Amino acid sequence: MSVQRGVIAEIFGRLRKDSLGMTGLVIVVVILLASIFAPVLTPHDPLEVDVYNRLVSPSWQHWLGTDQLGRDVLSRVLFGGRIALKVALVAISVSMAVGLLLGMMAGFGPKWLDRLLVICFDTLRSFPTIMFALAIVALTGPSLNTVIGVIIITSIPVYGRIVRTQTQALRENDFILAERAMGASTARILRDHILPNIAAPLLILASMDVPAVVGMEAGLSFLGLGVTPPTPSWGNILSDGYSYLRNSPWPIIAGGIPLILVTLGFTFFGESLRDILDPKLRGKDGKG
Amino acid sequence: MLQFIARRSLLALFILLLAVTLLFAMIHMMPGDPASAILGPKASPELKAELNQRMGLDQPLLTQLGRFYTDLARGDLGIDVFTNREVSEIVFEQLPYTLVLVLAAIGGATLLGIPLGCFSAIRRNSLLDRVTAVMSVGFIAIPTFVIALYLLLWLSVKWRWFPAMGAGASGDFVDQARHLVLPAIALGLGWVGYIARLVRASMLEVMEENHIRTARAFGLPERTIIVHYALRIAVLPTVAILGMGIGTMLSGALFAEIVFSRPGIGKLLHEAVMTRNYPVVMGSVVVTTGFFVLSTLVSDIINAALDPRLRETGRSS
Repeated sequence: MSVQRGVIAEIFGRLRKDSLGMTGLVIVVVILLASIFAPVLTPHDPLEVDVYNRLVSPSWQHWLGTDQLGRDVLSRVLFGGRIALKVALVAISVSMAVGLLLGMMAGFGPKWLDRLLVICFDTLRSFPTIMFALAIVALTGPSLNTVIGVIIITSIPVYGRIVRTQTQALRENDFILAERAMGASTARILRDHILPNIAAPLLILASMDVPAVVGMEAGLSFLGLGVTPPTPSWGNILSDGYSYLRNSPWPIIAGGIPLILVTLGFTFFGESLRDILDPKLRGKDGKG
Repeated sequence: MLQFIARRSLLALFILLLAVTLLFAMIHMMPGDPASAILGPKASPELKAELNQRMGLDQPLLTQLGRFYTDLARGDLGIDVFTNREVSEIVFEQLPYTLVLVLAAIGGATLLGIPLGCFSAIRRNSLLDRVTAVMSVGFIAIPTFVIALYLLLWLSVKWRWFPAMGAGASGDFVDQARHLVLPAIALGLGWVGYIARLVRASMLEVMEENHIRTARAFGLPERTIIVHYALRIAVLPTVAILGMGIGTMLSGALFAEIVFSRPGIGKLLHEAVMTRNYPVVMGSVVVTTGFFVLSTLVSDIINAALDPRLRETGRSS
């Protein structure tokens, strides 16, 4: 436990020196807190209709104005954050777990299994994501669960691929060979030696994946194919705002800002985490 | 190299076939049948049976799959249930609009990104270099539709610099170009920083190489060295990576088309999904997937041509 605490303190210490990473972390924490405490923070009910105050500009009473039904936009933005983060949490943890399992199987298992899994990954990745999502939603109808399901299916290959590559790189290392020579089981090698070594890149990937997942949920909801109204979602707020664009710009301005903040926050934080945890990955994709 | 191209093409074809089969299986195995989705929940059983028969859905699944393949091989994507037109005709009518948009976005991003990256590499740690670094990381992940909405809000609704809707009058090139500007910016903006970063990284690598040192030793002017010797090599990997970006761009194009009410395959797909027009949904997804697989294939081949090491394993990642 104390070793872990030491590692976290070390990471945090180095993060503090990286202003961009620190900015990212602050944004992430603020968004998390704002979403968790949304019911306490919001002065209004996000579903409360007030026909006398439709599409009003920001005021002391409605900090971000109201939408076409007179609902308080700030309250809807805060509650929309809960949906976005819920989708991100569920979708990323499930696809990471499945991707981890399949990727390890591909990387450590027999050659034929590797080939088969890689072809499956490549097939799933060969659809442009949104097009694939639309095709599925066309069948099942819009719902939060469909959105989560679609994101999981399209994200598994991304995680699976990374885990496979990392596992393959590790499996021929001396410490793994020694472990095997001493008669350790495959499960033990994977759990005790491979997993701790690929945890860092996986966590970095997950952090960088949050904006994509949140954007996907917002995008599908914007198209009317995700979270169903009147539930507040950033995509729904933008979709309503788009319909009443010429009456009031505020719903669009207010709905877009949290999406931009989530993007910048998680990306800056993830980049910084990558530089700290895994210097080898730096510059691999030309970003370093 | 030829062997690599042949092997990689075969793999791409196989993957495309698998993807199309998967799509077919999903449409047929998911809960809810297309006929009742198209006709609504209150449709009579006779009406449903008739539509099923018309779409060939009353045949056994394997027969349907067989017919689907043979039709696909002939370029036949089925018939639109509402207008009775050929789906392939509708899809290929819309595809050029999307391609023009994607090309304009990639072209614009490249034209801005390459000089930016080149400059960042020469003037490392300058203000511009640092701004590009932040841009490359942050902008690429901002959803296209958010950028599109903000552009629409400010540049066309508020300031009226650019038109808000459509693709412009046919035949009027200037009008079409004006309609293209905002969607292309929305789609390409995120890529400017990313391309700049890629160019910067490979520039820094190339500048260390022997032939550049030799050129310096010969006393060639720095400008000539950068433009004629370094940049020419440094942009190649970037060009290859753009192929991978086309998939993301196709998804982004859908949003740009919807926000700016611009015709194109994304808008077509969205309308088809809203009206539950299955043949059109299937057709446009098949065509975009095919297009995506093709562009990944081309980019893999270019990559392998540039870096012979990749030919060994047969894949680039």
